[in-house]
This record gives sequence, C-alpha cells and structure tokens, in this order.
Amino acid sequence: MLTFTIRRLVLAIPTLLFISLVIFLLLELAPGDPMAQVPLTVPPEVKEKMREALGLGQPVHIRFWKWIVQFFWIEPQVLIDHYFGTAFSEGKLRVISWQTRSPVMDIVVQRIPQTLWVVGTAYVVAIIIALPIGIYSAYRQYSWFDQLGTFVSMVGFSVPPFFSGVLVIVIFSVQLGWFPSIYDTTHVVNSWDSFVYQLKQMIMPVMVLALQITAQLSRFMRASMLDNLNQDYVRTARAKGLSEYVVVMVHVLRNSMIPVVTVIALGIPSIFGGAIITEQVFKVNGIGQLLIGALQANDLPMVQTLTFIFAVLIVLFNLIADVLYGILDPRIRYD
Amino acid sequence: MTELSQPQPTKPPRSQWYDVWDQFRQHKGAMMGATLFFLIVAAVYLGPYLWDIDPTKTAIRERNQGPSLAHPFGTDQLGRDLLARMMAGGATSVSVGITAMMLSLILGSFVGVLAGFFRKLDGPLMRLTDLFLALPLLPLLLVMMLLFREPLNAAFGLERGIFILIVSAIGITSWMPTARIVRGDVLALKEREFVLAARSIGTTNTRLITRHILPNVLSPIMVSATLGIATAIITESALSFLGLGFPPDFPTWGRLLFDGVDYLQQFPERVIWPGLAISLTVLSVNYLGDGLRDALDPRIRGR
Repeated sequence: MLTFTIRRLVLAIPTLLFISLVIFLLLELAPGDPMAQVPLTVPPEVKEKMREALGLGQPVHIRFWKWIVQFFWIEPQVLIDHYFGTAFSEGKLRVISWQTRSPVMDIVVQRIPQTLWVVGTAYVVAIIIALPIGIYSAYRQYSWFDQLGTFVSMVGFSVPPFFSGVLVIVIFSVQLGWFPSIYDTTHVVNSWDSFVYQLKQMIMPVMVLALQITAQLSRFMRASMLDNLNQDYVRTARAKGLSEYVVVMVHVLRNSMIPVVTVIALGIPSIFGGAIITEQVFKVNGIGQLLIGALQANDLPMVQTLTFIFAVLIVLFNLIADVLYGILDPRIRYD
Repeated sequence: MTELSQPQPTKPPRSQWYDVWDQFRQHKGAMMGATLFFLIVAAVYLGPYLWDIDPTKTAIRERNQGPSLAHPFGTDQLGRDLLARMMAGGATSVSVGITAMMLSLILGSFVGVLAGFFRKLDGPLMRLTDLFLALPLLPLLLVMMLLFREPLNAAFGLERGIFILIVSAIGITSWMPTARIVRGDVLALKEREFVLAARSIGTTNTRLITRHILPNVLSPIMVSATLGIATAIITESALSFLGLGFPPDFPTWGRLLFDGVDYLQQFPERVIWPGLAISLTVLSVNYLGDGLRDALDPRIRGR
C-alpha cells in the first residue's frame, strides 16, 4: 500500500508539470496585451521597459521555468516564513498579479476562506442529506419514497445552479424577503444576531450547491446499497438472527460505503469548479469569482495560478480516492 | 425430441432493435422524456415559421410589456418579443448541444476504439485520457473562450466563429467518459470468437472495426450521446451566463437568463422562462438516456 502511494505520488509530479505546461501554452496564445490599458502618450521604449518589468521580455521556456520556480520553490518559502518568522524568501520575486501588482498567492489566501466556508458547508450538508435518502430508497426499492428520490435527484441533475440559484433568489429574497440575495463576506460574527444573519445569508448558496451534490450522492448510495443487499452474506446475517437494523446499518452499510467514500473524495475538486457559477450568482467573493475577474481583466499570472490550483486539487483528490479504496477494501491491494 | 421435428420457425425473426423498442416503451419516464424532448426540438426549430416575429427587432415603445396576445411572453427592455427570442435561443442552444455531443462522441469513440483495439496505443491514449480528466474543465473552458474568441470571429464572422468555438471547446473537454466506456467494451469484444472468425478469413483491421466492433459498442455510445446533449446544453448556458458565451444580440437560453437577472426584481418571469426551458430539456434528455440505458441492457430486457 505504501509503495503504491509513493508510486502514485511520484507519477503525479509529471502529470502536474504537464498540466501546468498546457495551461501556460494556452495562455501564451492569449491575444490580450497587458499594456493595452497604458495611455498612448507613453513612449514605446518606456512601454518596453514596463513589459520587461512584468517579466514578459524573455522567451517562453524561460518564463515557464521562472513560473515553476516561483510557484514550487519560492511560494512554499513564503509560507514557511509566514508561520515560523524566518526569512528564506526575502528579496525573491513571487508570482505577481498584473491587476493589483501584488503577489497572487496573497490574494488567493484572502479569498479561500469564503469559498471553503460556503462550499465546505454545502458538501457536509449534502452528505448528511444524501446518505439516509440513498439508504432508505435502496432498502425500500420501488416504493413511493424511492420513486420520489429518483425524481428529485433527476431534477437535481437537470437544474443548473445558475437557474436554481436565481430561482431561490426570486422566491426567498424578492418575493418573501427572508434571506439576503448577496453574500456579505465582510460580515463578522460576534453576537447571536450576527450569527443568525450569517446563517441566513449562507442558507441559499449552500442549499443550491447541496441540491446538486445530494442528487449524485444519493443515487450512488442507492446503487451501492442495492448491490450489497442481495449478497449471500446478508442472507447469512439474517439467518443467524441479527436484527434488521444491525443487518442493514452495520453489515450492508459498511460494505456499501466503500465506493461512496471514494466518490465523495473525487467530488471535492469538481465542487470547487462548479462553485464558480454559484459564487457568481450569490456574489460570494471566493476563488471562483477571483478567476472570472482575472479572466475579464486579462490577468494571466492569476489565471495560470488559479487554474493550476484547481488541477492540483483534482490530481490530489484522485490520489486520495485511490488510496482510500485500498484502505477501506482489504480485497483491493495494489501491490 | 420429436417436438423439434418442425424446424421452420413460424414467426419471422425479431430484430434486436425491436426488442429494444419494446423495452423502451415500458419505461414511462423515458417515453415522457422522449416526447417532451421532441416537442421542444420541434418548437424551437419549427416554431419560428408559425411565430414569425423577428427576435432581434427592437420596438422601444413596446418595451417591458407583460404577457398579452400580441406577445405571449411579454417583451424585454428593448421591446423585443420574448417568445420569438426564446425560440431563437432554443434553436441555438439545442444546435450547440447536439453538435458538441456529436463532436465529443466522435472523438471519444475514436480514441476508445483505437485504445481498445490496438494494444500499443492503449497505454499512451489512456494516459492522455487521464490527463484530460485531471484538467480543471470549467476554468479551462473559460480561458479558451476568452483567448480564441477574437481570432475565430475574424476568421468566420461573429456568429459562426463563436458557434465553432463553443462547440469545439465543449467537444474537446467532454470526450473522456465516452472513450473510457468504449475502450472497456472493445477490450471485451476483441477476445470474442466472432472477431477471431472474422480475422481468420482475412478481414482487415479497418473492416473489422467498422463492421464488427462498432455496431456492438453502439449501445454505450448511444447512452453517452443522450447524456452528452444534456451536459453540452448546460455547459453552453453556463458560459453564456458567465458572459463569456454568445454575444448579446444573439440569443441563447443561457444568455436570456443572464440578461433577465438584471431585471430580476421587476420581471422575474424573464429569468424563469429560459431557466425552465433549459431544465426541462435537460431533464427530458436525462430521462431519455435512463430509459435507453435500461432498454439497451440485455440483462434487464424482458423483465
């Protein structure tokens, strides 16, 4: 198991390098000019100097190498400096955003908590809702509850977040006026009232995201439970007189959870991607919105770094899912 | 064994597709989904012949009207008829969905068949698929939309350029699941006797693939085709919703929804109609795919 994990970790490095190269080359084709906003009165030789100050003067492979060094070598040093008060990164050039002329990672670190709060809560809520629904619909297959569950998850699959989000805004903010339609990230929780306000503003984005995740997870849970409910060991467990609760909730559930846990792990990065739209609808200023803003402002270092962070998340959670599979299911051993 | 003395079957043989259709009809949701989908497709493509108001014609005096006989869905902030815009937008959205699905299907089946059939190509092609699966797709789609919009617009004209861009971007980023499924099926089929028989009478690889392998992997391809339409429509609408899709004077459902958000307080129906259209189309296609999967699965058929 350990050798498998190490092998996969080593394999992940060329994958990530390749992905970063793809993203870099794609951005290299960008027609946008970071100097487009500079007034025409600025003489061309000054423009050329500004261009070099942004690091645009060198050929492609050198800039790619510089980006790699900055991202993988200098940024971790900044992190170490931040935690331990050392000075490894002093005077070294970090990845600089063209929009704000400040380090990209600083902005990302500012934005991540908002995304994590909303997306993380949504994921937890979705898991809490989806698992019981999946278990019960499998246990009572083709009952009205199961049919309803199938329909609701079909709807969850089909209604895109940019419609369900807008729809809940129409109903709950415009018509009923219960919840604020815009997520206020500057809100500080320091009393009961402000806590209630925080809850209120989180309900809508969390529910919109959770609907989608619940739809997928409950289907998966149901299918996995159905696979196990007809197995011989279930009949054995019933025959030796175990109570129905123990049979379903202990014997079947534990075996059914194996694929579901890996699906949960695999879904985490796609949630970050899918949250781009939800963040846009509810004006949450998380990393999804940062990406959209950077795209519109032609801020290539920011786009490059953010897209790469998403890629790292995907590769990382794929790895986690594979390892989890091996740990949870003793029949699967990779070596 | 005397019962078998009559060797001639009395009934003509039933084809596989007849069985599939029988099973498909049993699935109520799938039948409803299919009907709804064909109704929507008919409405968006044939509707403009019946309702021949130009969707881009502005009439400032008639702006922001509610539903009436002259304009059943009302008019927008420039006095354009919303029913006509819904139909024009639907035609674009559905065309994008179907074309992008075809592209991703062709790519996916091509890669899948090659990887499954030729052992040498299997490793590299599947690594490539894994790499594509590890790419963050929505951010990359956004980046592609931003980067290639202007060159393609210059080359093919505004509307055609953005259509080609969206279709190819969605196609290139969504072929991986099809490739994986097709590869798995081809790997299993390749070991079967009929392939060996065909090879022993000297069938070339090309003929073997087109004549014997492809027809047998048609059912997973068809299922991923229906689901592909659904994802393509949602992706296109998401791009339009983020303001990176079609230009404003060229309506699609996602664009109409995006435009409607600004008037959310006064005219919520402007958001609800296009949103409902997207959701209903995707829902019907999903049910269609669900029924198709059941109908094409011989283990379930006949139950």
